[in-house]
Amino acid sequence: MGNRYTWKTSIVEILAILVGLVFLVPFYYVFSNSLKSFAEILTNTSALPKVLIFDNYVNAFEKLDFLLVFKNSLIITIASNIVLVIFCSMAAYMLVRTKKKISNIIFMTFVAAMIIPFQSIMIPLIKTAGNLGILNSIWGLVFMYLGFGSGMTIFLYHGFIKGIPLELEEAAIIDGCSRFGVFWRIVFPLLKSITVTIVILNSLWIWNDFLLPSLVLQDPELRTIPLATFFFFGQYTKQWDLALAALVIGIIPLLIFFFTMQKHIIQGITSGSIK
Amino acid sequence: MNNESKLDTVKGSAITKQKSMKVSASVSFMNKKKWKEAGLFTLFVGPVLLAFTLIVLIPFVTGIYYAFTDWNGITGTVKWVGLDNFTYLFSEDKQFQQSFMLTTKYTVVSIILTNVIGFGLALLVAQRLKTRNLLRTVFFMPNLIGGLILGFIWQFIFVKGFASIGELTGIPLFELAWLGDAETAFWGIVIVSLWQGAGYIMIIYIAALQNVPQELIEAARIDGANRFQILRHITMPLVAPAVTICLFLTTASSFKVFDANLSLTNGGPFKSTEMLALNIYTEAFVNNRYGIGEAKALIFFIVVAAITVIQVTISKKKEVES
Repeated sequence: MGNRYTWKTSIVEILAILVGLVFLVPFYYVFSNSLKSFAEILTNTSALPKVLIFDNYVNAFEKLDFLLVFKNSLIITIASNIVLVIFCSMAAYMLVRTKKKISNIIFMTFVAAMIIPFQSIMIPLIKTAGNLGILNSIWGLVFMYLGFGSGMTIFLYHGFIKGIPLELEEAAIIDGCSRFGVFWRIVFPLLKSITVTIVILNSLWIWNDFLLPSLVLQDPELRTIPLATFFFFGQYTKQWDLALAALVIGIIPLLIFFFTMQKHIIQGITSGSIK
Repeated sequence: MNNESKLDTVKGSAITKQKSMKVSASVSFMNKKKWKEAGLFTLFVGPVLLAFTLIVLIPFVTGIYYAFTDWNGITGTVKWVGLDNFTYLFSEDKQFQQSFMLTTKYTVVSIILTNVIGFGLALLVAQRLKTRNLLRTVFFMPNLIGGLILGFIWQFIFVKGFASIGELTGIPLFELAWLGDAETAFWGIVIVSLWQGAGYIMIIYIAALQNVPQELIEAARIDGANRFQILRHITMPLVAPAVTICLFLTTASSFKVFDANLSLTNGGPFKSTEMLALNIYTEAFVNNRYGIGEAKALIFFIVVAAITVIQVTISKKKEVES
């Protein structure tokens, strides 16, 4: 094969491009039809729009209350990431550095609980959350994401911290640095690459999550993008002009995130899955 | 300051008084250090452990208890009913049994297809193609979008897009009412999961393929092996660990499918495509039968846990062997 670009390779290339086009077909249908009038969607589904109609977007944007739901999604995702990174990195560090039985037990519990499917927790969780008074609150939801995300986040940090040599910390302790200071000033900056991986994995999960927020956030004011899309679709069933524009609006933030962070996302997924 | 506290403990404790000064001093010093360490440990581990206990552990354990009760979430009284919920599920609840079988079928189909297609895509973009980076992005893109929105996108494709393609091409496959029939609606969910999952699996296989040493392939080529033989006898064994990872990922995610199921078919037509996760959800939050819902959730957990344990054991064993 070498470095030559043979006719065989060009056949493979054509084949690959065809497969790629098949993958893009759904996007084509949704984008092109979101710019058509309702009548044209029904009569002319496969062709490009004859006249571009942007009213669908204006309508969907308003009816979704998009700025509000976007803000909610953003607050929930950012706040959950912050608490997950802070508390899980601290916990993982202490669990690695404290060579006691209890550390092992706690760590194994976090890891083992990753198996538990959400459906096995959700019913009593909603009851417990009601008792704790954290239902229908964004901060309650963030607290839940700290609980649900802790297993994987601690697992990834734990594996990474094990590889960091102790000498650096010992030197700092001799210089009179507190344990807290050692962690934040010396260890945490070393965790940058795994933190990027963790933030990407958790962001994609939390941003797209539907079931948990649908159970926790009943107030329409608190809805996230997936929730708003769900209710919008239910309300405007078969009104494809509005529904498709709403779907496109819902996807755009993800696409922007992807194209700005593409390299990190692919790297994050590769390293996150292999560990 | 240290001396003072040493003295304090000596004065305060009747037991230490009887011992020598030296021993009691070192004991109290040890205690102090121990307390400080325990305090730091709590400070670092405590917050996330608290969230984890309240959000995951307690609901999980109480859930197991509720599986043996008649809890309906409304009346205050919860009565212990023993194995009644489970007997009901296995003898009377036909919908649950059907959902269970369907989910198993879906998991098997989707594991095989996602991995075959994902591996195929990885092989494609591992070639020296001019468009390989662009293609990689295209294949991966659907994975970013959550299952809920993907399901809605495909609802439009199946209802309007396919009808239109059928009209234009006359291919009977596109003229079917995909979401109106149990069998095709099932395949509809499979297609959505492939569109979403294949790109993700591809990324992992690409990483594995990149680790296959080129020299080995060159050597085999010189020895006269053809493309297929190289794939079968060199590439495949070397990417085997990635296969285990991907099988694990796809099994867990397929068995737990919910979002795409809800948004694409919502279990229809006539509950024929209601997978297990959706069945549990409906039982609990639509029928308000929490006890039975919990019994289902417990069975669900046991199956997921068993699959995971088996897979982890197998992959550990393989790692040792290789």
